[in-house]
Amino acid sequence: MIIFDSVTKRYPNGCMALDEVSFRVEPDELVVISGHTGAGKSTLLKLIPAIERPTSGMVQINEQNVSRMPKRAVPYLRRNIGLVMQENHLLPDRSVYDNILLPLIINGHPQKEAAKRVGAALDLVGLSGREKDFPTGLSGGEQRRLAIARASVNRPSVLIADDPTAHLSPAYASEIAGILRSFNSAGVTVLVATHDIALFGHWSPRQIVLDHGRLVEQ
Amino acid sequence: MRNWLTLHLRAFAYALRRLFGQPFGTLLSVLVMGAALTLPAGGYILRNDIATLMHGMSSKPEISLFLDNEADSAQADAIRRGLQDEPQLASFRFVSRDEALKQLKGSGLGDVLGGIDTNPLPDTFIVTLRGNDPKRFEALLAKMQSWPGVVHVKYDSAWVKRLAALFELARVTALGLSVLLGLPLLAVTLNTAVRLQILAQKDEIEVSRLLGATNRFIRRPFYWFGVLQGTLSGLVALAAVWAGTHALAIPVVKVGETYGIKIALSSPNWKESLAIVAIAAALGWLGTAVSVRRHLGWF
Ligand SMILES: Nc1ncnc2c1ncn2[C@@H]1O[C@H](COP(=O)(O)OP(=O)(O)O)[C@@H](O)[C@H]1O
Ligand SMILES: [Mg+2]
Repeated sequence: MIIFDSVTKRYPNGCMALDEVSFRVEPDELVVISGHTGAGKSTLLKLIPAIERPTSGMVQINEQNVSRMPKRAVPYLRRNIGLVMQENHLLPDRSVYDNILLPLIINGHPQKEAAKRVGAALDLVGLSGREKDFPTGLSGGEQRRLAIARASVNRPSVLIADDPTAHLSPAYASEIAGILRSFNSAGVTVLVATHDIALFGHWSPRQIVLDHGRLVEQ
Repeated sequence: MRNWLTLHLRAFAYALRRLFGQPFGTLLSVLVMGAALTLPAGGYILRNDIATLMHGMSSKPEISLFLDNEADSAQADAIRRGLQDEPQLASFRFVSRDEALKQLKGSGLGDVLGGIDTNPLPDTFIVTLRGNDPKRFEALLAKMQSWPGVVHVKYDSAWVKRLAALFELARVTALGLSVLLGLPLLAVTLNTAVRLQILAQKDEIEVSRLLGATNRFIRRPFYWFGVLQGTLSGLVALAAVWAGTHALAIPVVKVGETYGIKIALSSPNWKESLAIVAIAAALGWLGTAVSVRRHLGWF
């Protein structure tokens, strides 16, 4: 369960990115966050893994108050959240396999189990057989799928995807949407920020719409 | 426990890869740090030889009184009485010139004297002093010198001791200076290496943080990186000290012989070698620990 309660985020430069935003997301939900560029979608998502902290208000995830969480506890919070950021944050000097392995190494998984999990994650996003390739050798869609595989390999209870279909052809985009849906069906809470309202097609999930930092519809 | 070990093994392997991923940079900084460690390591090794030099001399100061060959037994008796009355003496013994000659022949050096008929050696009193006050010894020496029948008074180990003390002073000064100069050099080199590593790994560190890496996880490979660099530098310093002591061993012995003192330059033994490498490794760890804490604050 994710709860935003009167969350305001003002950046140090004075920019008001979120203004008194309140909503709640149930564990089995897939929620689409939409709105114009600069509406505050990325900011909203960054508050969940404590990449940014709210100026006021409360962000709560699985009964943990993220807004007041001490710095040293943040890494453990993040291990339970899958992140697919706007920039893919893939490591270009590591193979596809090693990129996916990284969260498991950080989590201290034993080698054998880690290998199994990486294999399963590759399977899930359709990148099996590409283990030895490097991210730069992948297409845009494949890179995005790699980022999703890495975000999910730790089996997080929450998956956050910021504009995961940006710069992708409609075919690739619907592939990504399908993968996100399958995670949600497996019980993962999924939050997706996107401009592409038609992303999930006829299967229309719940939407949260932002406009200049204000929540206008949910 | 196993998890802890796994984490360290991974960090170690990762540090190794980083280290040998830039062989030239690694070589350079290891050489610089090795050079910085060589003098302190050498100073540390030398302490044994100087201690041997100091303690190899009889610990109690000894004086030899050589008698005039013309001196008669009355003069010898007077000197004996004078020595008995002297409160600063621990003991004394008389070595007659015949005895001395016998000793000399027994030592194998007698051949040198083979051709000489007369015994050139003097009668000698060998005196051991009580106490440790050089000023009083000097006064005593002057007094003995003035006794009739005494040709020469030799205060045996004094100059050797002074030499040893001088060496020790030089060693301690050099050690102090080299540590004073070496440590900053070490710190600067490590700091630069760490900073370059952090810059090179900026993205990786950032991504790792997003994926839930703790500060400790991020620092761990750097610590190993420092330990590895320190160890390699220690080995360089050890090799340099070893080469130095070997190259200088024979000249030093020869110089010693010229002055009639037994002095040797020993190479580091395995315990000292281990100590040098271990201290270098510890310094590597410490240096990176400080640098990492300073620089990782940037992100
Ligand atoms: N790090 C930042 N510092 C200052 N202003 C920021 C920062 N990040 C975002 N903003 C501003 O906050 C507002 C919301 O941005 P963002 O959350 O990225 O919106 P979106 O993802 O919907 O495009 C924008 O006006 C943007 O310029
Ligand atoms: Mg955005």
